[in-house]
Amino acid sequence: MNTDTHAAHAGDHHHDDGHAHSTFSGYMLGFVLSVVLTAIPFWLVMSGTLPSKQITALVIMAFAVVQIVVHMVYFLHMSPRSENGWTMMALIFTIVMVVIALSGSLWVMNHLNSNMMPMHQMTGMK
Amino acid sequence: MTVAVNSSQTGEPVFYLADEHPHPEGYSTSLGFWIYLMSDCLIFAMLFAAFGVLGGNYAAGPAPKDLFDLDLVAVNTSMLLLSSITYGFAVLTMQQNKVGQTQMWLAITGLFGLAFIGIELTEFAHMIHEGATPQRSAFLSSFFTLVGTHGLHVSCGIIWLVTLMVQVQKFGLVEANRRRLMCLSMFWHFLDVVWIGVFTFVYLLGVLR
Repeated sequence: MNTDTHAAHAGDHHHDDGHAHSTFSGYMLGFVLSVVLTAIPFWLVMSGTLPSKQITALVIMAFAVVQIVVHMVYFLHMSPRSENGWTMMALIFTIVMVVIALSGSLWVMNHLNSNMMPMHQMTGMK
Repeated sequence: MTVAVNSSQTGEPVFYLADEHPHPEGYSTSLGFWIYLMSDCLIFAMLFAAFGVLGGNYAAGPAPKDLFDLDLVAVNTSMLLLSSITYGFAVLTMQQNKVGQTQMWLAITGLFGLAFIGIELTEFAHMIHEGATPQRSAFLSSFFTLVGTHGLHVSCGIIWLVTLMVQVQKFGLVEANRRRLMCLSMFWHFLDVVWIGVFTFVYLLGVLR
């Protein structure tokens, strides 16, 4: 309330809902970054520029992670301060759950596949 | 603070109330909605896990390479991305109290959303026409569940968007409508975040496999 600059940097205000700091330049920056971060992985896969599929897969996954962060910051206005940090806490908890569920499922099911190898090899034989 | 000091002097029991002052209506809505989005995120995580486990089981049916048209997916992705930025413009004009412009940007967002759903349904229809139905293989079951759930969310978002446009038309940009528009903003951008996962893990990695 004291100065205009303070209002412009809102978010640390107690009852602020964490949305006051959406700006045109913020949205445009997020949009341009998203377009670039979307176009590059599509181009990599469609043109097959990189020498191996494993490298391409790793690179496009890295691009996805960066783009998710860009969306979180510029479109969803995530910041450690919004809602006194509770949105960030909920997000961190969710990320931990998602990582455990995803990596756990893939890991366990992959081992299950390995243990059923004879069957797998039989179906794999041509 | 002063209450605690006084009580300790008189030796009476001390009560601590963390939340002693009344909050305005809708004070906790955005945090509550964020927590809903996080639980929605877990739903999608489970569907991604199912796709990750089953995505390679084609049952001698069509593989991603035979089915996916990356040009179409790129167009679809840009539709969703454009709808995200136009929703951003709607939020900005809402903050400037421009009802007409807010309505215009909301309408444009809705049209991009409809284009996204239209392209996705066309793709589904094309796949089903070629015999790649959800019953065909575990890969296709998990594919249709994951991508279909996302499409269902976008469809609900469009219905919500139209509802809010009617609300804004009737009551203007009142506090309640602003709060609702901010919730839909979070929902809409969140769906775009999920779509990043879909086009990367389902389409791009599928074609690469």
